[in-house]
Amino acid sequence: MSAVSQLKNQSAFDLLRFRRNPAAAFFTVILPLIFLVLFTSLFGNETFDNGAKLATFYVPGILGLSIVSATMVNLAITTTTRRERGMLKRLRGTPLPPWVFVASQIVMATVIATFMTVLIIIIGRILFGVALQWSAVPTLIISLIIGAAAFCAMGLALSTIIPSEDAAPAVTNAIALPLYFVSDVFVVTEDAPRFIEVIGNIFPVKHLVSSLQPAFDPFVEGTPMEWGHWAVVAAWGVFGAVVTMTRFRWTPS
Amino acid sequence: MNAIEVRGLTKSYGDVHAVRGLDLTVGQGEIFGFLGPNGAGKTTTIEILEGFRERTGGDVRVLGQDPATAPLSWREDIGIVLQESEIEGELTAREAVTMQSAYFSAPRNPDEVLELVGLADARDQRAAKLSGGQKRRLDLAMALVGDPKLVFLDEPTTGFDPSARRESWDMISALRDLGNTVLLTTHYMDEAQNLADRIAVVASGQIVAKGTADELAEQVAAVPRITWSAAPSPSAPTVPDRFGAVVDGDRMVIETHDVVTVLNELTNWATDPATAAPGGTASHVLVDLEIARPTLEDTYLRLTASPDGATAPPADEPTGGSKRRSRGRGGRR
Repeated sequence: MSAVSQLKNQSAFDLLRFRRNPAAAFFTVILPLIFLVLFTSLFGNETFDNGAKLATFYVPGILGLSIVSATMVNLAITTTTRRERGMLKRLRGTPLPPWVFVASQIVMATVIATFMTVLIIIIGRILFGVALQWSAVPTLIISLIIGAAAFCAMGLALSTIIPSEDAAPAVTNAIALPLYFVSDVFVVTEDAPRFIEVIGNIFPVKHLVSSLQPAFDPFVEGTPMEWGHWAVVAAWGVFGAVVTMTRFRWTPS
Repeated sequence: MNAIEVRGLTKSYGDVHAVRGLDLTVGQGEIFGFLGPNGAGKTTTIEILEGFRERTGGDVRVLGQDPATAPLSWREDIGIVLQESEIEGELTAREAVTMQSAYFSAPRNPDEVLELVGLADARDQRAAKLSGGQKRRLDLAMALVGDPKLVFLDEPTTGFDPSARRESWDMISALRDLGNTVLLTTHYMDEAQNLADRIAVVASGQIVAKGTADELAEQVAAVPRITWSAAPSPSAPTVPDRFGAVVDGDRMVIETHDVVTVLNELTNWATDPATAAPGGTASHVLVDLEIARPTLEDTYLRLTASPDGATAPPADEPTGGSKRRSRGRGGRR
Protein backbone atom coordinates (compact mmCIF):
# COMPACT_ATOMS: atom_id res chain seq x y z
CA MET A 1 0.00 0.00 0.00
CA SER A 2 1.36 3.41 -0.86
CA ALA A 3 1.99 5.92 1.88
CA VAL A 4 -0.89 8.07 0.66
CA SER A 5 -3.43 5.26 0.77
CA GLN A 6 -2.02 4.22 4.16
CA LEU A 7 -2.60 7.78 5.35
CA LYS A 8 -6.19 7.73 4.04
CA ASN A 9 -6.78 4.36 5.66
CA GLN A 10 -5.34 5.39 9.03
CA SER A 11 -7.20 8.72 9.07
CA ALA A 12 -10.46 6.91 8.32
CA PHE A 13 -9.95 4.62 11.32
CA ASP A 14 -8.94 7.55 13.52
CA LEU A 15 -12.12 9.41 12.57
CA LEU A 16 -14.19 6.28 13.15
CA ARG A 17 -12.71 5.99 16.63
CA PHE A 18 -13.47 9.64 17.31
CA ARG A 19 -17.08 9.24 16.19
CA ARG A 20 -17.55 6.26 18.50
CA ASN A 21 -16.10 7.99 21.54
CA PRO A 22 -19.00 9.76 23.24
CA ALA A 23 -16.77 11.80 25.56
CA ALA A 24 -14.75 13.09 22.62
CA ALA A 25 -17.87 13.94 20.67
CA PHE A 26 -19.34 15.82 23.63
CA PHE A 27 -16.28 17.87 24.55
CA THR A 28 -15.20 18.60 21.00
CA VAL A 29 -18.52 19.04 19.19
CA ILE A 30 -21.37 19.65 21.65
CA LEU A 31 -19.69 21.71 24.36
CA PRO A 32 -18.53 24.53 22.03
CA LEU A 33 -22.08 24.79 20.70
CA ILE A 34 -23.44 24.97 24.23
CA PHE A 35 -20.94 27.74 24.97
CA LEU A 36 -22.01 29.63 21.85
CA VAL A 37 -25.70 29.47 22.71
CA LEU A 38 -25.10 30.09 26.42
CA PHE A 39 -22.84 33.12 26.17
CA THR A 40 -24.82 34.77 23.41
CA SER A 41 -28.09 34.28 25.29
CA LEU A 42 -26.63 35.17 28.68
CA PHE A 43 -25.37 38.54 27.53
CA GLY A 44 -28.38 39.07 25.23
CA ASN A 45 -27.61 39.19 21.57
CA GLU A 46 -27.87 42.96 21.64
CA THR A 47 -27.31 45.11 18.62
CA PHE A 48 -24.81 47.91 19.18
CA ASP A 49 -25.12 51.46 17.94
CA ASN A 50 -22.96 50.66 14.93
CA GLY A 51 -25.31 47.83 13.91
CA ALA A 52 -23.04 44.95 14.95
CA LYS A 53 -24.46 42.17 17.10
CA LEU A 54 -22.88 40.64 20.20
CA ALA A 55 -22.94 37.30 18.40
CA THR A 56 -20.50 38.65 15.82
CA PHE A 57 -18.02 38.58 18.70
CA TYR A 58 -18.99 35.14 20.00
CA VAL A 59 -19.13 33.28 16.69
CA PRO A 60 -15.40 33.72 15.84
CA GLY A 61 -14.50 33.36 19.53
CA ILE A 62 -16.22 30.00 19.92
CA LEU A 63 -14.95 29.00 16.48
CA GLY A 64 -11.41 29.61 17.78
CA LEU A 65 -12.20 27.50 20.86
CA SER A 66 -13.55 24.73 18.62
CA ILE A 67 -10.41 24.68 16.49
CA VAL A 68 -8.16 24.58 19.56
CA SER A 69 -10.35 21.88 21.09
CA ALA A 70 -10.42 19.71 17.95
CA THR A 71 -6.68 19.97 17.42
CA MET A 72 -4.56 20.78 20.48
CA VAL A 73 -6.79 19.45 23.26
CA ASN A 74 -7.87 16.42 21.21
CA LEU A 75 -4.36 15.39 20.13
CA ALA A 76 -2.72 16.05 23.50
CA ILE A 77 -5.21 13.73 25.19
CA THR A 78 -5.52 11.00 22.54
CA THR A 79 -1.79 10.82 21.86
CA THR A 80 -0.95 10.57 25.57
CA THR A 81 -3.63 7.93 26.03
CA ARG A 82 -2.44 5.88 23.08
CA ARG A 83 1.14 6.07 24.21
CA GLU A 84 0.37 5.07 27.80
CA ARG A 85 -1.87 2.20 26.69
CA GLY A 86 0.91 0.78 24.51
CA MET A 87 -0.93 1.48 21.25
CA LEU A 88 1.87 3.64 19.87
CA LYS A 89 4.41 1.00 20.77
CA ARG A 90 2.42 -1.60 18.87
CA LEU A 91 2.26 0.73 15.87
CA ARG A 92 6.00 1.27 16.07
CA GLY A 93 6.44 -2.50 15.81
CA THR A 94 4.84 -2.52 12.35
CA PRO A 95 6.24 -1.35 9.00
CA LEU A 96 3.92 1.70 9.04
CA PRO A 97 6.14 4.78 8.55
CA PRO A 98 5.92 6.87 11.74
CA TRP A 99 5.16 10.05 9.81
CA VAL A 100 2.04 8.42 8.37
CA PHE A 101 0.69 7.97 11.86
CA VAL A 102 1.50 11.55 12.88
CA ALA A 103 0.02 12.88 9.63
CA SER A 104 -3.16 10.86 10.13
CA GLN A 105 -3.60 12.42 13.56
CA ILE A 106 -3.30 15.85 11.97
CA VAL A 107 -5.74 14.95 9.18
CA MET A 108 -8.24 13.61 11.71
CA ALA A 109 -8.03 16.76 13.85
CA THR A 110 -8.24 19.07 10.84
CA VAL A 111 -11.31 17.29 9.47
CA ILE A 112 -13.04 17.75 12.84
CA ALA A 113 -11.95 21.41 13.02
CA THR A 114 -13.32 22.02 9.51
CA PHE A 115 -16.59 20.29 10.38
CA MET A 116 -16.91 22.51 13.46
CA THR A 117 -16.19 25.61 11.39
CA VAL A 118 -19.06 24.84 9.00
CA LEU A 119 -21.36 23.92 11.90
CA ILE A 120 -20.69 27.14 13.80
CA ILE A 121 -21.10 29.28 10.70
CA ILE A 122 -24.51 27.69 10.09
CA ILE A 123 -25.66 27.99 13.71
CA GLY A 124 -24.39 31.57 13.93
CA ARG A 125 -26.39 32.45 10.85
CA ILE A 126 -29.61 30.66 11.76
CA LEU A 127 -29.82 31.30 15.51
CA PHE A 128 -28.05 34.64 15.86
CA GLY A 129 -28.21 36.22 12.40
CA VAL A 130 -24.45 36.46 12.02
CA ALA A 131 -23.71 36.63 8.31
CA LEU A 132 -20.57 35.21 6.80
CA GLN A 133 -18.70 37.94 4.93
CA TRP A 134 -17.86 36.27 1.64
CA SER A 135 -15.05 38.65 0.76
CA ALA A 136 -13.19 37.56 3.90
CA VAL A 137 -13.72 33.82 3.44
CA PRO A 138 -10.14 33.40 2.08
CA THR A 139 -8.92 34.98 5.33
CA LEU A 140 -11.00 32.45 7.27
CA ILE A 141 -9.63 29.51 5.26
CA ILE A 142 -6.00 30.59 5.65
CA SER A 143 -6.58 31.13 9.40
CA LEU A 144 -8.17 27.71 9.70
CA ILE A 145 -5.27 25.99 7.90
CA ILE A 146 -2.54 27.78 9.84
CA GLY A 147 -4.46 27.44 13.11
CA ALA A 148 -5.18 23.71 12.70
CA ALA A 149 -1.58 22.91 11.75
CA ALA A 150 -0.08 25.00 14.56
CA PHE A 151 -2.44 23.77 17.29
CA CYS A 152 -1.97 20.14 16.14
CA ALA A 153 1.77 20.62 16.60
CA MET A 154 1.18 22.14 20.03
CA GLY A 155 -1.10 19.24 20.98
CA LEU A 156 1.53 16.68 20.04
CA ALA A 157 4.13 18.75 21.90
CA LEU A 158 1.90 18.84 24.98
CA SER A 159 1.55 15.05 24.91
CA THR A 160 5.34 14.79 25.24
CA ILE A 161 5.32 16.62 28.57
CA ILE A 162 2.19 14.94 30.00
CA PRO A 163 3.36 11.97 32.05
CA SER A 164 0.20 9.91 32.34
CA GLU A 165 -3.21 9.28 30.87
CA ASP A 166 -4.91 10.57 33.99
CA ALA A 167 -2.99 13.84 33.86
CA ALA A 168 -3.78 14.50 30.20
CA PRO A 169 -7.22 16.18 30.49
CA ALA A 170 -6.18 18.10 33.60
CA VAL A 171 -2.99 19.50 32.10
CA THR A 172 -4.56 20.31 28.75
CA ASN A 173 -7.59 22.05 30.21
CA ALA A 174 -5.47 23.88 32.78
CA ILE A 175 -3.65 25.41 29.83
CA ALA A 176 -6.55 25.94 27.45
CA LEU A 177 -9.28 27.27 29.79
CA PRO A 178 -7.43 30.30 31.20
CA LEU A 179 -6.24 31.11 27.68
CA TYR A 180 -9.84 31.23 26.45
CA PHE A 181 -10.62 33.88 29.07
CA VAL A 182 -7.77 36.17 28.05
CA SER A 183 -8.18 35.57 24.32
CA ASP A 184 -11.55 37.13 23.39
CA VAL A 185 -13.28 33.76 23.45
CA PHE A 186 -15.62 34.09 26.45
CA VAL A 187 -15.29 37.79 27.26
CA VAL A 188 -14.09 40.91 25.50
CA THR A 189 -10.63 41.84 26.78
CA GLU A 190 -10.67 45.35 25.33
CA ASP A 191 -11.19 47.02 28.72
CA ALA A 192 -9.32 44.37 30.70
CA PRO A 193 -6.23 45.19 32.81
CA ARG A 194 -3.01 45.60 30.89
CA PHE A 195 -1.47 42.29 32.07
CA ILE A 196 -4.43 40.32 30.76
CA GLU A 197 -3.96 41.94 27.40
CA VAL A 198 -0.23 41.17 27.44
CA ILE A 199 -0.77 37.51 28.34
CA GLY A 200 -3.40 37.22 25.62
CA ASN A 201 -1.01 38.73 23.10
CA ILE A 202 1.84 36.38 23.98
CA PHE A 203 -0.12 33.18 23.49
CA PRO A 204 -1.59 32.07 20.16
CA VAL A 205 -5.31 31.65 20.96
CA LYS A 206 -6.15 35.35 20.82
CA HIS A 207 -4.28 35.72 17.53
CA LEU A 208 -6.21 32.79 16.09
CA VAL A 209 -9.51 34.36 17.19
CA SER A 210 -8.48 37.76 15.83
CA SER A 211 -7.67 36.24 12.45
CA LEU A 212 -11.10 34.57 12.40
CA GLN A 213 -13.05 37.78 13.21
CA PRO A 214 -12.95 39.50 9.78
CA ALA A 215 -15.07 36.76 8.19
CA PHE A 216 -17.95 37.74 10.52
CA ASP A 217 -17.30 41.48 10.77
CA PRO A 218 -20.17 43.36 8.98
CA PHE A 219 -17.82 46.28 8.30
CA VAL A 220 -15.05 44.24 6.74
CA GLU A 221 -13.67 45.54 3.48
CA GLY A 222 -12.19 43.18 0.92
CA THR A 223 -9.97 40.31 2.02
CA PRO A 224 -7.81 41.29 5.00
CA MET A 225 -4.42 39.59 5.29
CA GLU A 226 -3.78 39.02 9.00
CA TRP A 227 -0.01 38.61 8.66
CA GLY A 228 0.78 39.60 12.23
CA HIS A 229 -1.71 37.18 13.82
CA TRP A 230 -0.80 34.36 11.44
CA ALA A 231 2.89 34.87 12.19
CA VAL A 232 2.38 34.49 15.95
CA VAL A 233 0.18 31.38 15.53
CA ALA A 234 2.67 29.86 13.07
CA ALA A 235 5.62 30.62 15.36
CA TRP A 236 3.91 28.70 18.19
CA GLY A 237 3.27 25.91 15.72
CA VAL A 238 6.94 25.73 14.81
CA PHE A 239 7.83 25.72 18.50
CA GLY A 240 5.38 22.84 19.00
CA ALA A 241 6.82 20.93 16.06
CA VAL A 242 10.37 21.29 17.39
CA VAL A 243 9.33 20.10 20.86
CA THR A 244 7.46 17.19 19.28
CA MET A 245 10.39 16.15 17.13
CA THR A 246 12.88 16.25 19.97
CA ARG A 247 10.75 14.73 22.71
CA PHE A 248 8.18 12.41 21.13
CA ARG A 249 8.07 8.93 22.68
CA TRP A 250 6.34 5.83 21.36
CA THR A 251 6.64 3.75 24.51
CA PRO A 252 4.67 4.09 27.75
CA SER A 253 6.41 5.70 30.70
CA MET B 1 20.08 -18.63 8.60
CA ASN B 2 19.01 -18.63 12.20
CA ALA B 3 16.01 -16.51 13.11
CA ILE B 4 17.82 -14.92 16.04
CA GLU B 5 21.52 -14.74 16.81
CA VAL B 6 22.80 -12.91 19.85
CA ARG B 7 26.44 -12.75 20.93
CA GLY B 8 27.67 -11.09 24.10
CA LEU B 9 24.64 -8.81 24.47
CA THR B 10 24.94 -6.22 27.23
CA LYS B 11 22.62 -3.49 28.42
CA SER B 12 23.39 -1.10 31.25
CA TYR B 13 21.39 1.70 32.80
CA GLY B 14 24.13 3.68 34.50
CA ASP B 15 25.55 1.32 37.10
CA VAL B 16 22.74 -1.18 36.75
CA HIS B 17 23.65 -4.01 34.41
CA ALA B 18 20.37 -5.48 33.22
CA VAL B 19 21.91 -7.77 30.61
CA ARG B 20 25.44 -9.05 31.09
CA GLY B 21 26.92 -10.90 28.15
CA LEU B 22 24.02 -12.92 26.84
CA ASP B 23 24.33 -15.44 23.98
CA LEU B 24 21.30 -16.86 22.24
CA THR B 25 20.54 -18.70 19.02
CA VAL B 26 17.02 -19.43 17.85
CA GLY B 27 16.57 -21.60 14.76
CA GLN B 28 13.81 -21.12 12.22
CA GLY B 29 10.53 -22.79 13.00
CA GLU B 30 11.48 -23.24 16.61
CA ILE B 31 9.46 -22.28 19.68
CA PHE B 32 12.09 -20.97 22.01
CA GLY B 33 11.34 -20.42 25.68
CA PHE B 34 13.14 -17.55 27.35
CA LEU B 35 12.61 -18.28 30.98
CA GLY B 36 13.49 -16.31 34.06
CA PRO B 37 12.09 -14.53 37.11
CA ASN B 38 10.88 -10.94 37.00
CA GLY B 39 13.80 -8.59 36.74
CA ALA B 40 16.16 -11.16 35.20
CA GLY B 41 16.55 -9.11 32.03
CA LYS B 42 14.01 -10.93 29.83
CA THR B 43 11.98 -7.92 28.81
CA THR B 44 15.07 -5.79 28.27
CA THR B 45 16.51 -8.46 25.98
CA ILE B 46 13.33 -9.01 24.03
CA GLU B 47 12.86 -5.25 23.56
CA ILE B 48 16.38 -5.02 22.14
CA LEU B 49 15.56 -7.86 19.74
CA GLU B 50 12.31 -6.09 18.76
CA GLY B 51 14.18 -2.87 18.07
CA PHE B 52 12.45 -0.89 20.83
CA ARG B 53 15.54 -0.47 22.97
CA GLU B 54 19.18 0.21 22.17
CA ARG B 55 21.82 -2.16 23.43
CA THR B 56 25.02 -1.20 25.20
CA GLY B 57 27.16 -3.85 23.53
CA GLY B 58 27.28 -7.15 21.68
CA ASP B 59 26.08 -8.45 18.32
CA VAL B 60 22.41 -8.96 17.53
CA ARG B 61 20.93 -10.37 14.33
CA VAL B 62 17.20 -10.86 14.00
CA LEU B 63 16.14 -12.33 10.65
CA GLY B 64 19.60 -11.42 9.41
CA GLN B 65 19.41 -7.75 10.39
CA ASP B 66 20.57 -5.64 13.29
CA PRO B 67 17.34 -4.41 14.93
CA ALA B 68 19.01 -1.11 15.86
CA THR B 69 19.60 -0.20 12.20
CA ALA B 70 17.10 -2.36 10.30
CA PRO B 71 14.84 -0.57 7.79
CA LEU B 72 11.07 -0.49 8.29
CA SER B 73 10.68 -3.34 5.78
CA TRP B 74 12.36 -5.63 8.35
CA ARG B 75 9.18 -5.33 10.40
CA GLU B 76 7.14 -6.95 7.61
CA ASP B 77 8.30 -10.33 8.91
CA ILE B 78 7.97 -9.67 12.63
CA GLY B 79 4.92 -10.02 14.82
CA ILE B 80 4.93 -8.71 18.36
CA VAL B 81 2.58 -9.42 21.24
CA LEU B 82 3.41 -6.82 23.83
CA GLN B 83 3.07 -7.37 27.52
CA GLU B 84 1.18 -4.14 28.01
CA SER B 85 -0.75 -3.03 25.00
CA GLU B 86 -4.40 -2.24 24.65
CA ILE B 87 -6.37 -2.57 21.45
CA GLU B 88 -8.33 0.49 20.34
CA GLY B 89 -11.55 -0.09 22.28
CA GLU B 90 -13.79 1.86 19.89
CA LEU B 91 -13.02 -0.54 17.06
CA THR B 92 -14.53 -3.99 16.60
CA ALA B 93 -12.14 -6.94 16.64
CA ARG B 94 -12.43 -7.17 12.88
CA GLU B 95 -11.82 -3.46 12.34
CA ALA B 96 -8.78 -3.50 14.59
CA VAL B 97 -7.23 -6.44 12.75
CA THR B 98 -8.11 -4.88 9.39
CA MET B 99 -6.47 -1.60 10.44
CA GLN B 100 -3.35 -3.47 11.53
CA SER B 101 -3.29 -5.53 8.31
CA ALA B 102 -3.06 -2.35 6.24
CA TYR B 103 0.38 -1.64 7.73
CA PHE B 104 1.85 -4.69 5.99
CA SER B 105 2.50 -5.20 2.30
CA ALA B 106 1.44 -8.86 2.24
CA PRO B 107 -0.94 -9.41 5.13
CA ARG B 108 -3.07 -12.42 5.94
CA ASN B 109 -6.80 -12.17 5.50
CA PRO B 110 -8.16 -10.57 8.73
CA ASP B 111 -11.12 -12.94 8.86
CA GLU B 112 -8.88 -15.98 8.58
CA VAL B 113 -6.66 -14.70 11.36
CA LEU B 114 -9.66 -14.09 13.61
CA GLU B 115 -10.78 -17.63 12.87
CA LEU B 116 -7.31 -18.93 13.68
CA VAL B 117 -7.30 -17.36 17.16
CA GLY B 118 -10.89 -18.40 17.80
CA LEU B 119 -12.50 -14.96 17.61
CA ALA B 120 -14.64 -15.52 14.53
CA ASP B 121 -17.84 -15.33 16.57
CA ALA B 122 -16.78 -12.15 18.37
CA ARG B 123 -15.43 -10.31 15.34
CA ASP B 124 -18.10 -7.63 15.36
CA GLN B 125 -17.80 -6.86 19.04
CA ARG B 126 -15.99 -3.72 20.14
CA ALA B 127 -12.54 -4.53 21.47
CA ALA B 128 -13.42 -2.81 24.74
CA LYS B 129 -16.30 -5.25 25.30
CA LEU B 130 -14.23 -8.40 24.85
CA SER B 131 -13.41 -10.58 27.85
CA GLY B 132 -9.85 -10.73 29.13
CA GLY B 133 -9.12 -13.97 27.33
CA GLN B 134 -10.65 -12.69 24.10
CA LYS B 135 -8.50 -9.55 24.32
CA ARG B 136 -5.37 -11.66 24.48
CA ARG B 137 -6.56 -13.59 21.45
CA LEU B 138 -7.04 -10.31 19.66
CA ASP B 139 -3.51 -9.29 20.67
CA LEU B 140 -2.27 -12.45 19.01
CA ALA B 141 -4.41 -11.84 15.93
CA MET B 142 -2.90 -8.33 15.63
CA ALA B 143 0.59 -9.86 15.76
CA LEU B 144 -0.21 -12.56 13.20
CA VAL B 145 -2.12 -10.58 10.57
CA GLY B 146 1.09 -9.30 8.97
CA ASP B 147 2.02 -12.92 8.21
CA PRO B 148 5.27 -12.77 10.23
CA LYS B 149 8.11 -15.26 10.10
CA LEU B 150 9.08 -14.50 13.68
CA VAL B 151 6.68 -13.87 16.55
CA PHE B 152 7.67 -12.37 19.89
CA LEU B 153 5.42 -13.30 22.78
CA ASP B 154 6.26 -11.45 25.98
CA GLU B 155 4.72 -13.22 28.97
CA PRO B 156 1.55 -14.14 27.08
CA THR B 157 -0.27 -15.74 30.01
CA THR B 158 0.73 -13.62 32.98
CA GLY B 159 -2.33 -13.05 35.12
CA PHE B 160 -4.39 -15.78 33.44
CA ASP B 161 -6.50 -18.32 35.24
CA PRO B 162 -5.52 -21.95 34.59
CA SER B 163 -8.09 -22.64 31.88
CA ALA B 164 -7.23 -19.45 30.00
CA ARG B 165 -3.57 -20.46 30.14
CA ARG B 166 -4.36 -23.85 28.65
CA GLU B 167 -6.25 -22.17 25.81
CA SER B 168 -3.35 -19.83 25.11
CA TRP B 169 -0.96 -22.73 25.10
CA ASP B 170 -3.05 -24.45 22.44
CA MET B 171 -2.97 -21.32 20.31
CA ILE B 172 0.78 -20.88 20.69
CA SER B 173 1.36 -24.53 19.79
CA ALA B 174 -0.72 -23.91 16.66
CA LEU B 175 1.84 -21.28 15.60
CA ARG B 176 4.39 -24.03 15.26
CA ASP B 177 2.15 -25.72 12.71
CA LEU B 178 2.08 -22.49 10.73
CA GLY B 179 5.86 -22.61 10.49
CA ASN B 180 6.37 -19.50 12.65
CA THR B 181 9.44 -19.06 14.76
CA VAL B 182 8.36 -18.03 18.24
CA LEU B 183 10.38 -16.40 20.98
CA LEU B 184 8.37 -16.77 24.15
CA THR B 185 9.31 -15.14 27.43
CA THR B 186 7.76 -16.44 30.58
CA HIS B 187 8.44 -16.81 34.25
CA TYR B 188 6.47 -20.02 34.45
CA MET B 189 8.54 -23.18 34.19
CA ASP B 190 5.55 -25.29 33.21
CA GLU B 191 4.73 -22.91 30.36
CA ALA B 192 8.21 -23.22 28.87
CA GLN B 193 8.11 -26.96 29.45
CA ASN B 194 4.79 -27.32 27.65
CA LEU B 195 5.45 -25.09 24.69
CA ALA B 196 9.11 -24.67 23.97
CA ASP B 197 11.34 -26.87 21.82
CA ARG B 198 14.29 -25.39 23.63
CA ILE B 199 14.59 -23.29 26.75
CA ALA B 200 17.15 -20.77 27.94
CA VAL B 201 17.05 -19.87 31.61
CA VAL B 202 18.12 -16.31 32.31
CA ALA B 203 19.09 -15.00 35.73
CA SER B 204 20.73 -11.68 36.57
CA GLY B 205 21.10 -10.80 32.91
CA GLN B 206 22.91 -13.96 31.91
CA ILE B 207 21.89 -17.31 30.54
CA VAL B 208 22.52 -19.87 33.23
CA ALA B 209 21.30 -22.95 31.38
CA LYS B 210 19.87 -23.90 28.03
CA GLY B 211 18.62 -26.94 26.20
CA THR B 212 15.46 -28.97 25.96
CA ALA B 213 13.44 -29.35 29.13
CA ASP B 214 15.01 -32.80 29.74
CA GLU B 215 18.53 -31.56 29.13
CA LEU B 216 17.97 -28.71 31.53
CA ALA B 217 16.99 -31.05 34.30
CA GLU B 218 20.14 -33.10 33.73
CA GLN B 219 22.39 -30.07 33.56
CA VAL B 220 21.80 -29.11 37.13
CA ALA B 221 22.51 -32.64 38.27
CA ALA B 222 19.17 -33.06 39.88
CA VAL B 223 20.11 -35.10 42.93
CA PRO B 224 17.35 -37.24 44.44
CA ARG B 225 16.67 -36.57 48.10
CA ILE B 226 15.83 -38.98 50.90
CA THR B 227 14.04 -37.06 53.62
CA TRP B 228 12.25 -37.70 56.89
CA SER B 229 10.96 -35.69 59.77
CA ALA B 230 13.67 -33.98 61.79
CA ALA B 231 11.58 -33.97 64.95
CA PRO B 232 10.82 -37.58 65.96
CA SER B 233 10.28 -38.74 69.52
CA PRO B 234 12.81 -37.42 72.03
CA SER B 235 14.20 -40.92 72.53
CA ALA B 236 15.09 -41.36 68.85
CA PRO B 237 18.74 -42.09 68.19
CA THR B 238 21.04 -39.75 66.26
CA VAL B 239 21.76 -40.64 62.67
CA PRO B 240 25.40 -41.71 62.20
CA ASP B 241 27.64 -39.20 60.42
CA ARG B 242 28.47 -41.62 57.61
CA PHE B 243 25.03 -40.93 56.03
CA GLY B 244 25.84 -37.26 55.64
CA ALA B 245 22.31 -36.24 56.65
CA VAL B 246 21.67 -32.56 57.07
CA VAL B 247 18.79 -30.63 58.56
CA ASP B 248 16.73 -28.65 56.05
CA GLY B 249 13.90 -26.86 57.79
CA ASP B 250 11.90 -29.50 59.64
CA ARG B 251 13.26 -32.33 57.51
CA MET B 252 16.38 -34.48 57.63
CA VAL B 253 17.87 -34.72 54.13
CA ILE B 254 20.31 -37.06 52.41
CA GLU B 255 21.17 -36.14 48.83
CA THR B 256 22.45 -39.08 46.82
CA HIS B 257 22.46 -40.50 43.31
CA ASP B 258 22.63 -44.01 44.76
CA VAL B 259 19.21 -44.03 46.34
CA VAL B 260 18.79 -47.80 46.60
CA THR B 261 22.07 -48.52 48.41
CA VAL B 262 21.80 -45.58 50.79
CA LEU B 263 18.18 -46.35 51.54
CA ASN B 264 19.04 -49.96 52.21
CA GLU B 265 21.79 -48.98 54.67
CA LEU B 266 19.59 -46.43 56.29
CA THR B 267 16.73 -48.81 56.88
CA ASN B 268 19.15 -51.52 58.06
CA TRP B 269 20.45 -49.08 60.62
CA ALA B 270 17.00 -48.00 61.64
CA THR B 271 15.68 -51.56 62.05
CA ASP B 272 18.77 -52.76 63.92
CA PRO B 273 17.60 -53.68 67.46
CA ALA B 274 20.66 -51.79 68.73
CA THR B 275 19.37 -48.59 67.14
CA ALA B 276 15.70 -48.62 67.84
CA ALA B 277 14.73 -47.52 71.30
CA PRO B 278 13.33 -50.19 73.59
CA GLY B 279 9.82 -51.01 72.43
CA GLY B 280 10.19 -48.75 69.39
CA THR B 281 10.18 -49.68 65.72
CA ALA B 282 12.02 -48.43 62.64
CA SER B 283 9.04 -46.21 61.84
CA HIS B 284 9.71 -44.26 64.99
CA VAL B 285 13.24 -43.56 63.84
CA LEU B 286 12.53 -42.55 60.25
CA VAL B 287 9.22 -40.77 60.66
CA ASP B 288 7.49 -39.76 57.41
CA LEU B 289 10.23 -41.18 55.19
CA GLU B 290 10.14 -39.94 51.56
CA ILE B 291 12.19 -40.15 48.42
CA ALA B 292 11.85 -37.15 46.10
CA ARG B 293 13.26 -36.46 42.67
CA PRO B 294 13.48 -32.71 42.02
CA THR B 295 10.95 -31.37 39.55
CA LEU B 296 11.95 -29.03 36.76
CA GLU B 297 10.41 -26.29 38.87
CA ASP B 298 12.93 -27.06 41.63
CA THR B 299 15.68 -27.06 39.02
CA TYR B 300 14.54 -23.69 37.78
CA LEU B 301 14.34 -22.17 41.24
CA ARG B 302 17.82 -23.45 41.99
CA LEU B 303 19.19 -22.03 38.74
CA THR B 304 17.73 -18.62 39.21
CA ALA B 305 18.57 -18.32 42.89
CA SER B 306 21.40 -15.86 43.45
CA PRO B 307 24.46 -17.07 45.41
CA ASP B 308 23.27 -15.64 48.71
CA GLY B 309 20.20 -17.81 48.49
CA ALA B 310 17.65 -15.14 47.66
CA THR B 311 15.75 -15.47 44.40
CA ALA B 312 16.75 -13.14 41.62
CA PRO B 313 18.25 -9.68 41.90
CA PRO B 314 16.17 -6.52 42.28
CA ALA B 315 14.10 -5.04 39.48
CA ASP B 316 16.44 -4.01 36.72
CA GLU B 317 13.79 -3.69 34.09
CA PRO B 318 12.50 -0.15 33.89
CA THR B 319 9.33 -1.29 32.22
CA GLY B 320 8.45 -3.25 35.31
CA GLY B 321 7.50 -6.84 35.67
CA SER B 322 4.16 -8.22 34.84
CA LYS B 323 1.75 -5.44 35.57
CA ARG B 324 -1.17 -5.44 33.25
CA ARG B 325 -3.49 -2.57 32.85
CA SER B 326 -7.18 -2.62 33.10
CA ARG B 327 -8.97 0.61 32.82
CA GLY B 328 -12.47 1.89 32.66
CA ARG B 329 -13.72 2.84 29.26
CA GLY B 330 -14.87 6.16 28.02
CA GLY B 331 -13.18 8.10 30.78
CA ARG B 332 -11.51 10.22 28.20
CA ARG B 333 -11.26 13.50 30.02
